[in-house]
Amino acid sequence: MVTIESGAQAAYIVAALLFILALAGLSRHETAKAGNTFGIAGMALALAATIALAVDQDISGPGLALLIVAVLIGAAIGLHRASRVEMTAMPELIALLHSLVGLAAVIVGWNGYLHVEADLGGSEAALLRGQDMLGIHSAEVFIGVFIGAVTFTGSIVAYLKLSARIRSNPLMLPGKNILNIGALAVFGVLTAWFVIEPRLWPLIVVTVIALLLGWHLVASIGGGDMPVVVSMLNSYSGWAAAASGFLLENDLLIVTGALVGSSGAYLSYIMCQAMNRSFISVIAGGFGIEAGPADDTDYGRHREVTAEDVAKSLATADSVIITPGYGMAVAQAQHGVAELTRRLREKGVDVRFGVHPVAGRLPGHMNVLLAEAKVPYDIVLEMDEINDDFASTSVVLVIGANDTVNPAAVDDPGSPIAGMPVLRVWEAGNVIVFKRSMASGYAGVQNPLFFRENSAMLFGDAKDRVEDILRVL
Amino acid sequence: MIIGVLRESRPGEARVAATPATVVELVKLGYEVVVEPGAGLAASFSDEAYVEAGAVIGEATAADIVFAIDPPVERLDGLSRGATLIGMLNPRLDPGLVEDLSRRPITALAMDAVPRISRAQSLDVLSSMANIAGYRAVVEAAHVFGRFFTGQVTAAGKVPPAKVLVAGAGVAGLAAIGTAGSLGAIVRATDPRPEVADQVRSLGGEYLAVEAADVEVSATGYAKEMSDDYNRRAARLYAEQATEVDIIITTALVPGRPAPRLITAEMVASMKPGSVIVDMAAANGGNVEGTVPGEAVVTDNGVTIIGYTDLAGRLPAQASQLYGTNLVNLMKLMTPDRDGRLVLDFEDAVQRSMTVVRDGELTWPPPPVPVSAAPPPTPTDSSSTTTEARPHEKRPVPARRSALVGVGAVALFLIVALSPAALRGHLTVFALAIVIGYYVIGHVHHALHTPLMSVTNAISGIIVVGALLQLGHGGNVVTALSFVAILVAAVNVFGGFAVTRRMLAMFSRS
Repeated sequence: MVTIESGAQAAYIVAALLFILALAGLSRHETAKAGNTFGIAGMALALAATIALAVDQDISGPGLALLIVAVLIGAAIGLHRASRVEMTAMPELIALLHSLVGLAAVIVGWNGYLHVEADLGGSEAALLRGQDMLGIHSAEVFIGVFIGAVTFTGSIVAYLKLSARIRSNPLMLPGKNILNIGALAVFGVLTAWFVIEPRLWPLIVVTVIALLLGWHLVASIGGGDMPVVVSMLNSYSGWAAAASGFLLENDLLIVTGALVGSSGAYLSYIMCQAMNRSFISVIAGGFGIEAGPADDTDYGRHREVTAEDVAKSLATADSVIITPGYGMAVAQAQHGVAELTRRLREKGVDVRFGVHPVAGRLPGHMNVLLAEAKVPYDIVLEMDEINDDFASTSVVLVIGANDTVNPAAVDDPGSPIAGMPVLRVWEAGNVIVFKRSMASGYAGVQNPLFFRENSAMLFGDAKDRVEDILRVL
Repeated sequence: MIIGVLRESRPGEARVAATPATVVELVKLGYEVVVEPGAGLAASFSDEAYVEAGAVIGEATAADIVFAIDPPVERLDGLSRGATLIGMLNPRLDPGLVEDLSRRPITALAMDAVPRISRAQSLDVLSSMANIAGYRAVVEAAHVFGRFFTGQVTAAGKVPPAKVLVAGAGVAGLAAIGTAGSLGAIVRATDPRPEVADQVRSLGGEYLAVEAADVEVSATGYAKEMSDDYNRRAARLYAEQATEVDIIITTALVPGRPAPRLITAEMVASMKPGSVIVDMAAANGGNVEGTVPGEAVVTDNGVTIIGYTDLAGRLPAQASQLYGTNLVNLMKLMTPDRDGRLVLDFEDAVQRSMTVVRDGELTWPPPPVPVSAAPPPTPTDSSSTTTEARPHEKRPVPARRSALVGVGAVALFLIVALSPAALRGHLTVFALAIVIGYYVIGHVHHALHTPLMSVTNAISGIIVVGALLQLGHGGNVVTALSFVAILVAAVNVFGGFAVTRRMLAMFSRS
């Protein structure tokens, strides 16, 4: 016999499968939209089932009204933000959304405490005690609150850094690794205490410590490592949801949280590989710590070109590869670059894009920016797909990228970025580097590319320079 | 200031120090350019072309800056006071000229004294000329050689490819390797500096190492004179190769000294009839015994030894263009304000090294500028620095990895085995979901990582379910908190899906 209860459970399983299909759909462009639709369907099903369940459990009339009001307000805010956000501001939005999941997880955890542990004589506590689950429940409250709080403040700091509301330089507190490990140790001890003797104050202390830890963790990571940080926070938000699932004994939350958690972990892993750094080293500190040998090497002189020269060499080239970096997003040059691509392709020039995995401030950020500017996605290639083609390319345009095209990563074993996989642009016939000045990149490493014989610098704002080139073409 | 471009006076010199294309650049730098009538004719540049590029035709010795290829020995008296003479003055080997110049109230810059450092590459005429000469050496050899360079299988039989040996893989040698290779020959190259092996290979040549104890990394970017032991081994290598190859191109030069003798008369005698030797060092005494500078001679056993000393000049239009561009780059360096005013900066090692005479005062020889194409030799503790330099290349060894997996499995086993029955089911689901998540995400297209993040963001809003179930149970605090949680989670759900939709709609095929 189908009851509301069993129906809801069934709906949850279907919803979980729909979520898996949603992620699977993203494996290809062709199926990506269908994937998103699966996700929406899964979410709608889960919400419907839960509301039915809530009604079945005799939710009060005002309670139901509150529920609907909360969902409506949230939906309005969410839809509004989603429709307005600039694609260059995607990293900020994503970080902000992570923080909301963290906040929700903290609240769910606190509610769990208020439900059970604050009322040890109550019926819920008695039920759990009967199943020998009371201690587990307390631990779950603690873990959920901890992960949620770290995600919350961490994401807020990431948001502030990405939207340039605070400086993106790494914060260097003395003994910062000890602070982090200390916070974890205190968390462990307090968890044990709380399981034995559930009290309010350890919960408050752990919430505060976790909030501070999240803040400190992200504050001490620099802007260029943000792709790792954002995917790490993505992962945390998943684990926070999973922890809430354990707390509420809800498999849907557990499955979804685990999916999201492993997704974020996998992305972090890809990003770390693309920088040839271990996850720990990203978390434990920026490049600044192991600053390379004092840089007084004579790299030689760079050569400067004008926009007209670049236009001329582009017009006569038979193949062009553009390697964009965060600088393109900062200068908002993607539309000009797309227009340039269109014009050159009309002239029969083979134009392609080479995207480094950590270009931008978010995994896949460059792809979204180029897609927004209507660059066809099939000419936007990944580093591994295009790296062997540079040698047979006439002109490479490096727009706002620096460390990701640094030959020192390959040539100089003493360089701080040695071993990092990079786009081998220098193998091309000509390399034009769009840059504001000769300043070094995020890693603080000078780029010998600029001084190579086949490289030339085009100084100035990338957007203006691209428009100059368009005028000449 | 006015730049004067001389008409070269040495017989057989077909090059010119500026072409119409470089004149345009010079004018852009703010200079006026005077070109002597007929200066570019031998290199196929007409006076009209110069005028069109913005130059004036006229007498050039009186200009403020005088461009020449060879030193205009006969016309030095015509230079005006304070003029700057720029050309291939060859100060190392021509002390008479240096002395003559130093008695005049002028400044003299030797283009062939540019130091070999990477930032000076764009002014290095020796490199530009050597590149052309290397190409031409192969063309001259091919002209005399009675066979194909490339191997062919024809109806009339099989033709083996020619074998070319290039001695010295400097700029000229590398150009010869590339040219001979692209004609289809099998190319081998020798050089005392092992660091050039990769460059040889990159051009399709085979690097023949001389096995000797003292490998050479020179401080000036040129090869040094080698030890006796090395020379003996090298001689053995050349003797072996001489019997085998069809063409030998020698490019060995040591600055300021006579060219080293690499190929002896016996080696020449051991070569097959019809073989060709191009001795690119002929002007400095030759690498080959029997070379006659400026001429091609045929030995008794039918080997042609070409000793032309004007190989670069045999491609006058090309040579003028590159030389002229080197001069433009020098002018860019010395015209910091792009206002047509020449500024000689003695702080700059490049300008200092080139200056033979400054305002009538002898400044030759300049202080040495150390440079090398190879990384500087590391001091004694090189082993420790190289291992430290790559900490990130360490990957867990298989044994360590399986140990980690083992520890993880045991830990998981203990957690599950010790947990109450109610938790076990959830842990199973959790573990399986992580594995599924890992594999599903592993297949996500790299270009869709941002949509992936926003969609996972949206579905992690599923935490709303938890808050929904808590609402209306317990006190007002719980209800208020749940209200907030539902609200923020709803922002996530709706915002996440909507922004993903928006992004995915942007992706389009060409």
